[in-house]
Amino acid sequence: MTNSNTDLKPASEFIRENAPERFIYNMDPEKHEIALSTHDLQVFYGDNLALSEGDLQFERYKITSLVGASGSGKSTFLRSLNRMNDDVATVKGKIMYRGVDINTKKIDVYEMRRHIGMVFQRPNPFAKSIYDNITFALTSRGNYTKEQLDEVVETSLKQAALWDQVKDELDKSALALSGGQAQRLVIARALALKPDILLLDEPSSALDPISSAQVEDTLLKLKDQYTIIIVTHNMQQAARISDYTAFFHMGKIVEYDLTRKIFTRPKVALTNDYISGNFG
Amino acid sequence: MNAKTADKIATGVIYAISSIVALILFAMLGFILVRGVPHLSWHFLTSPARAFEAGGGIGIQLFNSFYLLILAMLISFPIALGAAIYLNEYAQKNRFTAIIRTAIEILSSLPSVVVGLFGFLLFVVQFKLGFSILSGAIALTLFNLPLLTRSIETSLAQIPDLQREAGAALGLSRWETVLHVILPAAVPSIVTGVVLSAGRVFGEAAALIYTAGQSAPALNFADWNPFNISSPLNPMRPAETLAVHIWKINSEGIMPDLNAVSAGASAVLIIVVLLFNFSARKLGMKLYKKLTSA
Repeated sequence: MTNSNTDLKPASEFIRENAPERFIYNMDPEKHEIALSTHDLQVFYGDNLALSEGDLQFERYKITSLVGASGSGKSTFLRSLNRMNDDVATVKGKIMYRGVDINTKKIDVYEMRRHIGMVFQRPNPFAKSIYDNITFALTSRGNYTKEQLDEVVETSLKQAALWDQVKDELDKSALALSGGQAQRLVIARALALKPDILLLDEPSSALDPISSAQVEDTLLKLKDQYTIIIVTHNMQQAARISDYTAFFHMGKIVEYDLTRKIFTRPKVALTNDYISGNFG
Repeated sequence: MNAKTADKIATGVIYAISSIVALILFAMLGFILVRGVPHLSWHFLTSPARAFEAGGGIGIQLFNSFYLLILAMLISFPIALGAAIYLNEYAQKNRFTAIIRTAIEILSSLPSVVVGLFGFLLFVVQFKLGFSILSGAIALTLFNLPLLTRSIETSLAQIPDLQREAGAALGLSRWETVLHVILPAAVPSIVTGVVLSAGRVFGEAAALIYTAGQSAPALNFADWNPFNISSPLNPMRPAETLAVHIWKINSEGIMPDLNAVSAGASAVLIIVVLLFNFSARKLGMKLYKKLTSA
């Protein structure tokens, strides 16, 4: 028997027409511990609205990936979370951290950034020794004994999986490290401040595949002590390491869900197009 | 003509042009050194000048040059550093900073003789500082400030913004980042700029003729009390520098060995400036190595 109903549309088209335009996973605060959340975040560069309707919740001790094409607003969003955009953009809306809106004038941003650390795309160690790179931000604010500092250096380098490679040359210049080592040093430097949340802006996109894999491993190990939010261009990376994924498109968050759902059965057609490589 | 031939001709022409530049430079240096070096001696470098008889030296002028240089640097470096930090690290792009930048540019293209005359009218006459090391140092500061500010600003601008972001992300304030991250990383290039500008200041004559004066009274090198008039350190005494001395003896010198003194003094001036230039790069590289691998 042949199907006589020629009007029946192919499944993909059916989904396209009936799928929602937007889906944002809403966490139940009873079941999930929320480390950070944004409420109607809007970012303007001058008069230009670069991001709007930014409503996301980030679960504690999980890795959340922010994905999307270049210019989709994901980095803009990430950099707003610890107010790194203050000089260049106007950020409206609430960013709730431990019950406090950190997107207000009276917040001490320098103190706040010690709780919400950040690692950038290009490794940016200071022109100092490996040891000083890690201890510098600590000693600039408080008094520590040599033993305490030694311990911080060792733990944070171990957490960043760099200790074994550099433990005998801690007083060497950090500029002599390879790209992957430098990036892990930068992660160790951020960890030395014992932040709650670690923001990473494409931390492995400037690295070769081996260094990139090392950074990924490092992040997975850090998960049980830190809440990690990572911007990445690498879909495999997002699928491999993250628990949640948010898909950004043209300045809006189109879909936010568990990573396995996003990558197997996205609810929004646009997300499906993006992760299957049909655009972007 | 095909591309290959054209390229060969262009390469040849460019080589020729740069050789001419190098040739002129070496010819001038060679001329000055060959003429001047035979007259150099310990006596020449250390004894005072003589106005009417042969056998005078340039000791006092040499000392004056260095003393003025140090004073001028002590005044101009902190100001230039502050201005450069403001312009590169803090200034927003608005009309106010645009005006400052334009002012610095104009100041840097001011002829030094105009700076000298301005210094004469304001400091020597109006403020009654007289022909003195202090007047000279202030005039040199005016002459040096825009160039030094620009040079330090360039040094700071060479430090990538990644370093500033790194500081901010670690919860360091802008000032802490500037002080502990940006400045240490920029020190080698700042030092190079300072030493190069020192060479320029050392050879300056026009700005000093009417400010530090054209006479070099005898000094008592045993007296280091800056309040005594014959003390080398007294900033209120007139002080003819080496460059001014060369100008002076060539325009109105009457000593019999005038040509020899002029040639010798020129050679000393050139040698010191060359030393400044060569040491600038070396010192910068050395500092960079030392600072980056503490």
